[in-house]
Amino acid sequence: MNRRDLHPYRGIFILLAITAISPLFIRSHYHINLMVFIGMYTLLTLGLTLLLGYAGQVSLGQAGFYGIGAYVSGILTVKCGINPWLALPVSILITSVLAFFIGFSTLHLKGLYLAMATLGVGIIFHILFVELKNLTGGAIGLMDIPSLSIGGIKLDTDLKFYILVWIIVLFIFFLVTNLVNSRVGRGMRAIQGHELASNCFGVDPFKYKIKVFVLSAALASLSGFLYAHYINFLSPSVFDFSFSILFLTMTIVGGRESIWGALYGATLLTLLPEFLRRYEDLNVMIWGLVLVVVLIFFNRGMAGGLDFLSKWVQERFKKKGGVRIGT
Amino acid sequence: MAFETQLLQYVIAGLTLGSVYAIVALGYSMVYNATKVINFAQGEFVMLGGLVTIFLYSKLHLPLLLCILVTIPIVSFIGILIERLTIAPANVGGQDREKVVVILIMITIGVSEFLRGGAMLLWGKDPLGLPAFSGEKPVVLLKATFNPQILWVIGITLLMVIIIRFFLTHTILGKAMRGSSDNQILARLMGIDIKLMSMASFALSAASGSMGGILITPMTLMSYDGGLMLGLKGFCAGVIGGFGNVTGAIVGGFVLGLLETLGAGLISSSYKDAIAFLTLLLILRFKPTGILGAKAILRA
Repeated sequence: MNRRDLHPYRGIFILLAITAISPLFIRSHYHINLMVFIGMYTLLTLGLTLLLGYAGQVSLGQAGFYGIGAYVSGILTVKCGINPWLALPVSILITSVLAFFIGFSTLHLKGLYLAMATLGVGIIFHILFVELKNLTGGAIGLMDIPSLSIGGIKLDTDLKFYILVWIIVLFIFFLVTNLVNSRVGRGMRAIQGHELASNCFGVDPFKYKIKVFVLSAALASLSGFLYAHYINFLSPSVFDFSFSILFLTMTIVGGRESIWGALYGATLLTLLPEFLRRYEDLNVMIWGLVLVVVLIFFNRGMAGGLDFLSKWVQERFKKKGGVRIGT
Repeated sequence: MAFETQLLQYVIAGLTLGSVYAIVALGYSMVYNATKVINFAQGEFVMLGGLVTIFLYSKLHLPLLLCILVTIPIVSFIGILIERLTIAPANVGGQDREKVVVILIMITIGVSEFLRGGAMLLWGKDPLGLPAFSGEKPVVLLKATFNPQILWVIGITLLMVIIIRFFLTHTILGKAMRGSSDNQILARLMGIDIKLMSMASFALSAASGSMGGILITPMTLMSYDGGLMLGLKGFCAGVIGGFGNVTGAIVGGFVLGLLETLGAGLISSSYKDAIAFLTLLLILRFKPTGILGAKAILRA
């Protein structure tokens, strides 16, 4: 048995350590802010990674679900004065029901009909965010969204929000690790391996695909909820088609075969524009180039690259007559 | 203005818009027919068609007709380059075809971003224009006035559909292109050069896309991101008419163009863009093969 199977939670402990220690060294608001965004994008990308890597389906409208999560919670708290923690289940429920209907209509068809439908849904929602001015504030935006608070502590600083976001990310990673190592996860992987064969073994691809898609939409919605109550302001421009493509790029560049790919991809593509700030006009071109190069040469993304590297190091070690530690 | 005249005006505008969608859908359909790939860079060919012509016309001061005749091969060459550099290396046979197609489609998304970003650097962010092919003097038909350019748009679109249809159904190359998508291994056994077909389909779809851009630019201007919406709506038109179906492309294009202008004129213009995508969703829900799609979609 592979060491990896025996330590499914190893990655979570490493991540816990990194996220717990880094605020001790990184003190600037700007960097903490970036790390909050990495956390939120990781949640969203994780859903897409499951969808693409485990169900073989693509969503081109994830920014729409992200937007629904943000706007439903934003509108409920601003216009109706509801507590954000009550608005959260509502926005996740709405997104999930919507995703269920989209999946139900398209996932029984062969090919990429889900991609086509989500493309349409994403753009329609972006238009609604702009045009439903009474509810969303239109292009001007929805302002004064309240911050979250837990047990009387208001999460109004970057650091406090950072802690909340990464606790949620770690918890979700814990759940997803359990999921992919469970019967359901093996079923999902079987579908990706060979759909017909898995069907013969009693794994219903349609059911699994719907479940994964709804889960990915719910994660996007959760991410949107966090965004709304972190930034306290919503403008439709961050929920448009280009963001759906960005999230897909994060998924692919990070690696779609491992759930950790979501973390790598979200980190790289959140930091990359910051490094390239001076060449802002080049951003779109570089994203496109990165996506194409990764797809052609490193199909398995960064997670696949790390996997390859660690195997290579191990092989090297073994050949030189060294003793493999562990196993 | 009388209601009938107004209606006629909308219908004419709808058919013009629909022609451009049809041209874009034709491009999708050619690549899809040869490779089963949905080429999301299709809209960018339209954008390049417009912008390259603008460059030749306003910077090099060539006569308009010459500009057009030079632009089409240039964009077509870009199409070939894209296929050779990005699609061909990833288009490995043997494996599960559907998985390869997913990767290829995502590559085209990356290519489209790359082209859009590149066009922004080369041409800037402002929309640019071209003169109309045959003057600006409005033509009057039954009291409705319209830009003479629309005659060019609709006429050339119809001509292109006829030519492409003939090409795909009556020539060896066209038949080979269609054959190579259904079953790649079988096609290869029949002596069809699949790689050549993939390249030819990109060249042809780039050529037809650029023609769409050239036709529409005198009326609506063109900017670096002008291909995005046209590409996506052309995609909707393709799905509505029946994806991969040449006649379906033009039917879908006209249906979508008419729905859009009538919807914008009679209901509300702020939801104009939503109409295309709402129609897409309805078609996917109730008739995923599209209006003319007779080919059964295999249920998983």
